[in-house]
Amino acid sequence: MNRFLRDSGHLARPALVLVAGLAVFLVVRGAVIPKNFGKYGHYRPAALDLIRQHPAAFAGQDQCLACHDEQAKTRASGKHAHVACEACHGPQAPHAADFVNVKPALPDVAALCARCHENDAAKPKNFPQVVTAEHSGGVVCNTCHQPHNPHL
Amino acid sequence: MSGVEGFMYPNEVELQWSLLIVLYPYITGLVAGAFILASLERVFKVEAVKPTYRLALLTALAFLLVAPLPLQLHLGHPERSFEMYLTPHRSSAMAMFGFVYLWYLTVVLLLEIWLEYRPDIVRFAQTRTGVTRWIYKALTLGSENLSPSSLRIDDRVGYVVTVIGIPSAFLLHGYVGFIFGSVKANPWWSTPLMPVVFLFSAMTSGIAAVLVLYVISMKLRKTPIDMRCLDTVAKYLFYTFVIDFSLEMLDLVQRTYEADESFRSLDFMVHTRLWLSQVVIQIFLGTLGPLAVLAVTQLRTFSETLRRRLYITASLLTLVGIFAMRWNVVIGGQLFSKSFLGYTTYKVQFAAREGLLPAIALMILPFVLFYALVKLLPPWQEHKATEA
Amino acid sequence: MEMTRRDLLSQCSKLLVLTATAARALEQAGNAPAPGDTYHMADHWWGMIIDIDKCIGCGNCVRACSQENQVPAGYFRTWVERYQVTEDRDHPLVESPDGAINGFPPTTRPGVKSFFVPKLCNHCADSPCTQVCPVGATFISPDGVVLIDPEYCLGCRYCIQACPYGCRYYHPEKDIADKCTLCYHRITKGLTTACCEACPTGARQLVDLKNPKDPVHAFLRDHKVQVLKPQMATGAKIFYNDLDGSVR
Repeated sequence: MNRFLRDSGHLARPALVLVAGLAVFLVVRGAVIPKNFGKYGHYRPAALDLIRQHPAAFAGQDQCLACHDEQAKTRASGKHAHVACEACHGPQAPHAADFVNVKPALPDVAALCARCHENDAAKPKNFPQVVTAEHSGGVVCNTCHQPHNPHL
Repeated sequence: MSGVEGFMYPNEVELQWSLLIVLYPYITGLVAGAFILASLERVFKVEAVKPTYRLALLTALAFLLVAPLPLQLHLGHPERSFEMYLTPHRSSAMAMFGFVYLWYLTVVLLLEIWLEYRPDIVRFAQTRTGVTRWIYKALTLGSENLSPSSLRIDDRVGYVVTVIGIPSAFLLHGYVGFIFGSVKANPWWSTPLMPVVFLFSAMTSGIAAVLVLYVISMKLRKTPIDMRCLDTVAKYLFYTFVIDFSLEMLDLVQRTYEADESFRSLDFMVHTRLWLSQVVIQIFLGTLGPLAVLAVTQLRTFSETLRRRLYITASLLTLVGIFAMRWNVVIGGQLFSKSFLGYTTYKVQFAAREGLLPAIALMILPFVLFYALVKLLPPWQEHKATEA
Repeated sequence: MEMTRRDLLSQCSKLLVLTATAARALEQAGNAPAPGDTYHMADHWWGMIIDIDKCIGCGNCVRACSQENQVPAGYFRTWVERYQVTEDRDHPLVESPDGAINGFPPTTRPGVKSFFVPKLCNHCADSPCTQVCPVGATFISPDGVVLIDPEYCLGCRYCIQACPYGCRYYHPEKDIADKCTLCYHRITKGLTTACCEACPTGARQLVDLKNPKDPVHAFLRDHKVQVLKPQMATGAKIFYNDLDGSVR
């Protein structure tokens, strides 16, 4: 028995190396694992806050209406009642945050209207569409239509 | 967008997994195959392949050390790869890689090599001089016990390690197949046969690689080749290749017969963009070719020189064929749209991070390591006999 | 070893300082809810309704998404496809020029059924993409949004392979996987997503499936809705009204 122990003693050495490696791994893992990992699921909870910190570019309807109630009134009675301001005017969060210094540019009407109203077979049949070239012959839309309430 | 035919989802145009990811299953396959060849002698007592035993172990180690490098090079943030050990995600097939790899490297391969080479290491530690002496001293781990009884114990433990090693080798490579086979979004990959096909193709390529390395080493050392050994290795190469080919054909027949929603799209791809790499290189040149050569050697008797040449030809074709198979799985699986309405193109860059140049370097590296390992731990048994 | 009262006190005070420092650090990292933050993740379960009958293919959503989230050019968190389906239903003509960021060139093919299909991440409840992430860098938030942790992602791209809908891409500058966050930074502050905000026809509606007052419940009851690739069983939460069977 003693001899067996002596002759298999060398096997303890690689085992020791393995165990030492494992121990180092566990210690290092314990030290560098992200805080609260797994609080809600298998991920870093801090990621949620990181993603929430992204700044918004679109201010949202409510913020626009807080000042622009006149345009809102005009719009409410027309066909564009449910089109949000920023759908045509683009992202205005910087303007909403500093309306004194940041002034939005007016949209390019010719391109803007056509994007929605240019005739396309794939558009819903009941959606108002025109072939702009035939419809106005190059005259820009807001010569006749008021964009906030586009009746003739 | 150039290179796109039909409709791809806009984010699909660019391939995500490149040439480097083709290398990864190829290299791990060589590891698993070489190890399984080594275990033939040890566990299944196939005495004839004994001359390749140590060579196969060193081949496996050389390729295993390189295996994680293509992955590492491919990652967008290689410095974060340790997260796989910190917070491995249990539902992810890929998360297991680090653990399977370490298990295989330390508990199986390094341990088996150490037990096998211990008498040599101790002898070198006592006879060599200078720095090498200290390297071998370190490798003995401080024990120079070479009593007959200790060697008997080593042999028995080595046997157990090999027995554990076989399922581990299966795990290492079968699981690489699972990484692809479990992606339900991709019909080219998603099949339960994928791990099995990967496993048998791994064995085929590993055996072929050891055969080539054995013949080249013997030529370089101007030592006569053990033909009984070579015949046996070639026989096993033939058997595993037949199984591998049958499995791949089974997959093909099943797909063609079921002809599900993806079939027409995939069929079109095989007849166009994958025609060269899949049909010509993989199936005809890389599978039917070597199978025919090996079949002939099994049926007819040839002179030693001719046999040797036929085996080498078959093995080299096999290595090309299995590489093409990995290519067709990895790259082929990304050439078609998941809408089944279009196809994209893959252009290999040259000197880019995931280009041809690093790929070639990564394929040369295992041979450099192999050379170093052979220098450090000479696998030649007859050498030992003369020295002793 | 015996601990004196002084030792104990000193240990406690150290612990207190540590906790306070940690708390402050967490607050600075925005981890603790900021004062006035009334958002409770457990009260929400986000999704979206897309009404094919209302989509006019203007591309407003694609542009808005790009502006809101600084999506790199050539990659898309949302995009719009135009389908043109002939009698040969298996081979529809599908286009999405540059993700429809500038809309579509007009088409007038008589006798062809055509329509637009906006696409975005389906925020699947059984998402195959989060399943395959090896490290937990992509996950489903407690309120049902599939997100990516930009500071933890390895860039292995397994998730991109696993998404059946092509909704993920590899961010060329950040070297990580990237995708639609359902404007998580907006919806957790009471705003709607940028794409919904900019949609002129109401074809896209952000919905909260946990809110009993959300009109989504009535909508789902009154309409025949479908998700994309239902055979994938991903628990997709983007519901399409009047979706044609040819859509992939």
